[in-house]
Amino acid sequence: MTDNHNKEHHLIGYGTYFMIWLSLISLTVLTVSIAGVNFGSIALLIALLIAAIKSGLVINYFMHIKFDDIIFKIFFLVAMATLFAIFVLTSFDIFFR
Amino acid sequence: MSKPNEGVEKVPLHLADPHHHKDAIGAKMGMWLFLFTELLLFGGLFLLYMAYRLQYTQDFVIAAKELNLMMGTINTIVLLTSSLTMALSIAAIQRNKKTLAIWMLVVTVAFALAFMVIKYFEWTAKIHHGIYPGSPDLLNMPNGEIIFYGMYYSMTGLHALHVIIGVVIILFMLVFLIRDKITQHDYIKLENAGLYWHLVDLIWIFLYPLFYLIH
Repeated sequence: MTDNHNKEHHLIGYGTYFMIWLSLISLTVLTVSIAGVNFGSIALLIALLIAAIKSGLVINYFMHIKFDDIIFKIFFLVAMATLFAIFVLTSFDIFFR
Repeated sequence: MSKPNEGVEKVPLHLADPHHHKDAIGAKMGMWLFLFTELLLFGGLFLLYMAYRLQYTQDFVIAAKELNLMMGTINTIVLLTSSLTMALSIAAIQRNKKTLAIWMLVVTVAFALAFMVIKYFEWTAKIHHGIYPGSPDLLNMPNGEIIFYGMYYSMTGLHALHVIIGVVIILFMLVFLIRDKITQHDYIKLENAGLYWHLVDLIWIFLYPLFYLIH
């Protein structure tokens, strides 16, 4: 049983984790440095896009969803879709009240 | 006549007895389901933030200028690095490097405490300037700014509470590691603690641009 667990477990190297960390730090520096630039109304969108890329890295590598069984990916997508639907429906309510 | 279960004796207890069987996949599944409830808890607050920000866009911009971008940025880097050391601790125990795994957890706790210390200085500076929930200075501000600081204190406060819970969980994992309750072949506890810690990091990744990077 423990063997089974090990076989299913994809080992991620130390180096990969360091690269992910480096990307996360770089994206943080990027988002701070462009915060001063006047992008107008799309500034929030850009900041959120960078945050989404960062969370993608954390979820896929640090939380290793990428290497987990398909059921975990389905779980995650259902949860995200639910959250997304709540946000979209609420923003419709705010905009068209 | 030999007893029927004589040959079984050498098999380790957790393999012979179905009640001691450990289901790592199931344990991880349970953890993820719990994390989704956390996601909805914070999701509700993010939803509230979105609704108020759309309503009071200008007030949010003015109020956010008062936040300390430097402290927010340092805390982001501190938390991202603590996520790295947490991941490295799991990678180490997978390779049976117990000492390295222990030290990585110690470093993770140190970063988490550093985060809390910075948060403490940030909050006390705000409170010193008379900005805290229900303060006379705050109540004289426009509605949008009152709401901004209300959201700031409740969201970063709830997040800080999660950091403290995370520290307690990691300290338990540290004891488990030292006592060999977490080993190369059975590290699901550490993995689940890691998932919790990365979720705390994940929430901060969104809190940071929404509160500190408005202009």
